[in-house]
Amino acid sequence: MRLLQPVGAAFLAFLGAVGRLAMFAGQGVSHAFRPPFYGRLIGKQMVEIGYYSLPVVGMTTLFSGMVLALQSYTGFARFSAEGAVATVVVLSMTRELAPVLAGLMVAGRIGASIAAEIGTMRVTEQIDALTTLSTHPMKYLIAPRLIAGTTMLPVLVLIGDIIGVFGGYLVGVYKLDFNSTIYLERTIEYLETVDVVSGLVKAAVFGFIVALMGCYHGYNSKGGAQGVGRATTNAVVSASILILISNYFITELFFSK
Amino acid sequence: MTAEAKPPKISIRGVKKAFGPKVVLDGIDLDVDEGESVVVVGGSGTGKSVLIKCILGILDADSGSIKIDGTEACGASRQTRAELIRKMGMLFQGGALFDSLPVWENVAFGLIEAKGMNRKAARPIALENLHKVGLADRVADLYPAELSGGMQKRVSLARAIATGPEIIFFDEPTTGLDPIMADVINRLIVERVKELGATTLTITHDMGSVRKIADRVAMLHDGKIIWQGPVADIDTTDNPYVQQFVFGQEEGPIRIGGAR
Ligand SMILES: Nc1ncnc2c1ncn2[C@@H]1O[C@H](COP(=O)(O)OP(=O)(O)O)[C@@H](O)[C@H]1O
Ligand SMILES: [Mg+2]
Repeated sequence: MRLLQPVGAAFLAFLGAVGRLAMFAGQGVSHAFRPPFYGRLIGKQMVEIGYYSLPVVGMTTLFSGMVLALQSYTGFARFSAEGAVATVVVLSMTRELAPVLAGLMVAGRIGASIAAEIGTMRVTEQIDALTTLSTHPMKYLIAPRLIAGTTMLPVLVLIGDIIGVFGGYLVGVYKLDFNSTIYLERTIEYLETVDVVSGLVKAAVFGFIVALMGCYHGYNSKGGAQGVGRATTNAVVSASILILISNYFITELFFSK
Repeated sequence: MTAEAKPPKISIRGVKKAFGPKVVLDGIDLDVDEGESVVVVGGSGTGKSVLIKCILGILDADSGSIKIDGTEACGASRQTRAELIRKMGMLFQGGALFDSLPVWENVAFGLIEAKGMNRKAARPIALENLHKVGLADRVADLYPAELSGGMQKRVSLARAIATGPEIIFFDEPTTGLDPIMADVINRLIVERVKELGATTLTITHDMGSVRKIADRVAMLHDGKIIWQGPVADIDTTDNPYVQQFVFGQEEGPIRIGGAR
């Protein structure tokens, strides 16, 4: 009995945390759909999350596409299936690698900066000041970031898909001596709409998760600079874990028959 | 209450607030009449900021009643709260300027958000408010981080009064400033408040501020208002708590830093 007590307490605390997060998410989303809309702020966040993440996502997907071509070639050569390289590259990129890598990269870049910014606003009373100036912090701070995260990550992933496939193509054609036309044909041949769409759906979910975790931990941070630091770490770690968990379930939703 | 008697601008009765096991406010009773300037004094961490945040609705009091112009604010609907907060302005302890916005947008924030003014129309009004706290036009496009502490306080003051609130709260307006700048801020507060005809509730440790700003003084200790009276009485009262505070002595009934 006494052994189980801390387990029960921890479980209750966990349920409480999940409940608070769900409430926060619900409020944020409902504000995202109700006027007034802060177009200027949404635009600013879109540039911050979308445009400034391009170099990071581009580099990550380029080299992943390249290494994927190399790895699958040497692996498949063992049972003379080298011809499948192009297909493997495009399916892996669109379904898995581009969304997950972009999601994790953006979690590090954006999740951290959102948590730090909102956390600083919390501990310096700027969030209270919003309230005294008749502005709902949820609408002014949280909703724009949720909107920008959810819409910009799919765009990033679509670009990442293309760059990743291009990386595979570079290695395939210039290093492994595939014929350029045949490589491209193989890339398209077995690709289905659902491969790309499932990746984009993942991206939207991951973008929402990253923005939500950054906002949630920042908004609830307390205790000065140290609290903001803790919020930043928690935002990145929790976003990364949630991305990997939800990735499994979305994959199952789309592809388990 | 007779029909012609106006209710106090702010009327606080039995307000309690605890954070977990820690009781911060333990039954506060305080009235502020229209046009009056009340100053609350008390040691650090006695809950002065918490009291103001309860009145503003940033924090929810655990129990008790807070009436603004006779309207109950504790447990009020979101809409009532929104209407009440439109009447109020607040100068935060640390300034709490939005560091992502230039100075003029900070000052214009309430005009744009609460009053629905467009940005073009709000800018000249923001500049005018900056002039009134002694800041020149060239400051308007700087960011808060580029300003000195005293200038930040002036901008915060300009932001707090830009919408012409009926009730203004000042949370330690002179803390962290040199004595000369503190005197300037005190003078600006008195001038601006007189011009607006506003009711004010100020928190301070600074006896200079108390003498300049206050009509009436209330002392907060151990979660209760233990003394209140006209500002002239603070030097003559025989209340040992007030005496200790006014003369800044270590010896006395107040124990600082949790010492017993
Ligand atoms: N949001 C909060 N959560 C928990 N404790 C708080 C919170 N705000 C204030 N407190 C505690 O309440 C006490 C009073 O704080 P405060 O009103 O800021 O003091 P002061 O009189 O110096 O303005 C402090 O001990 C502080 O730790
Ligand atoms: Mg305080």
